[in-house]
Amino acid sequence: MEPPSKYLYYPGCSLKGTGIAYEESLLTTLRLLELPVEELSDWNCCGATTYMSVSERSATLLAARNLALARQTGSKHLLAPCNACYLTLRKSQKLVSEYPQVAQQVEQYLQQAGLPSLDSVQVRHPLEVLYNDVGLQRLRELTVRRLQGVRMASYYGCQAVRPYGEVDDPRDPKRMDEILKAVGVDVVDYNLKTKCCGGPLTGTIHDLGVRLNYILLKEAVRQGAQAIVTICPLCQFNLDAYQTEIRKHTGEPFDMPILYLTQVVGWALGGDFHELGLHRAISGKKLIERWFTVKKEAETYV
Amino acid sequence: MERQIRYQREADLEWAQQFPKHPGCERLLSCIQCGTCSGTCPLSIYMDLTPRQVIALVREGFREDVLRSKTIWLCASCYACSVECPQKVGITDLMYRLKREAIRNNLYPARFPIPVLAREFCELVRRKGRNSEFWVVVRMALRSNPLVLLQLVRVGWDLWRTGRLSVRMERIRRVKELQYLPTASKEVD
Repeated sequence: MEPPSKYLYYPGCSLKGTGIAYEESLLTTLRLLELPVEELSDWNCCGATTYMSVSERSATLLAARNLALARQTGSKHLLAPCNACYLTLRKSQKLVSEYPQVAQQVEQYLQQAGLPSLDSVQVRHPLEVLYNDVGLQRLRELTVRRLQGVRMASYYGCQAVRPYGEVDDPRDPKRMDEILKAVGVDVVDYNLKTKCCGGPLTGTIHDLGVRLNYILLKEAVRQGAQAIVTICPLCQFNLDAYQTEIRKHTGEPFDMPILYLTQVVGWALGGDFHELGLHRAISGKKLIERWFTVKKEAETYV
Repeated sequence: MERQIRYQREADLEWAQQFPKHPGCERLLSCIQCGTCSGTCPLSIYMDLTPRQVIALVREGFREDVLRSKTIWLCASCYACSVECPQKVGITDLMYRLKREAIRNNLYPARFPIPVLAREFCELVRRKGRNSEFWVVVRMALRSNPLVLLQLVRVGWDLWRTGRLSVRMERIRRVKELQYLPTASKEVD
């Protein structure tokens, strides 16, 4: 697919906070790929997984406001890197297109708020942009550094591949593996690619949320992975931030880097350590520093 | 001793009948009770009712048993069940619908943090247009179990020193556009 002339970037709340390294690495990667991007002006919260459990109507209207704002700009490609944002925006589009009563409510709200009615905005995810718009061949050509001998597990989390998305196959997703291989990373076979990390559970029913993440880490280690690659700010946070606690409880020596796909790809394309937010990791800091340090001679062997 | 099963006369069939009209729940009556949802669910082992049991109870009209269960709140909406269901029942949408009814009628377990988080989150987003991660967590903890904050001190510190913790109260510029969102009502949407 030809890339559009410009992507609209919908950060969502996490990419301005706990997931800031995702924003940094995404924007750096897009710059290195020479893909123009612009942040959606005055975007609001997508409603996440939570708003739906209080009011489906308001949740849909909140998502619709963002889609209407997107329409006011020149681009039809709205890039939503967070899995929850991606799912929520797409779910609202589906509700609007399949249920006339929902479409009517949305239309009425947008009119009251003085916003334009909805149009065909495409909600896109960075993984699928790298795969479809950039393509594996181009990624291979543009790779200037290889993380040789590092084995990684690709982890999608739940919502990006579930009913409303077109990121990858919901049961057996392979695109992230292919992208990682294209930029010279070794991938392991990871069965829990789409198993839920518990999302906000680590903050609510803490021990339960932490246990789900323990399972994900343990399986990655069992498969011989040295790092987990994610595409969602909440997955990254959960897996990254609770390893100390998991170590204490289980006695198992987890200290595994939890990276964003855009950090790994951005590094391969020649991105800078800090510009890719690699200094923001909580777990596996030593490995990250070792892998992502520019060694003069190492850069020439590609 | 209390009897452990329900009698038909305690059921609310009228309540049950509204579900198939709800977006996502259209195929509820096609459920064959195979249990694929419970088997796929990463959290079913911690639930008081399994997702399959929730479907059975909803169809038979056992309203309070379902609305008071922890199950509907433990559902993290990962949609695994909805994808795997051979009968294409939108189980996640059903759970959402039940959560909304439980919240509207205050029928959730007291001080259970998940519905408290949902309420605090929505209130903040409705007023400001954005979620401020830090403040939502603090407010949730104060209204459910303040001890949670102690557990989060370490993580908070780790986030702070890596520049990932923002304590700013986020808001959109045109907050007035949010005043047209429907106000909370008893009616479940």
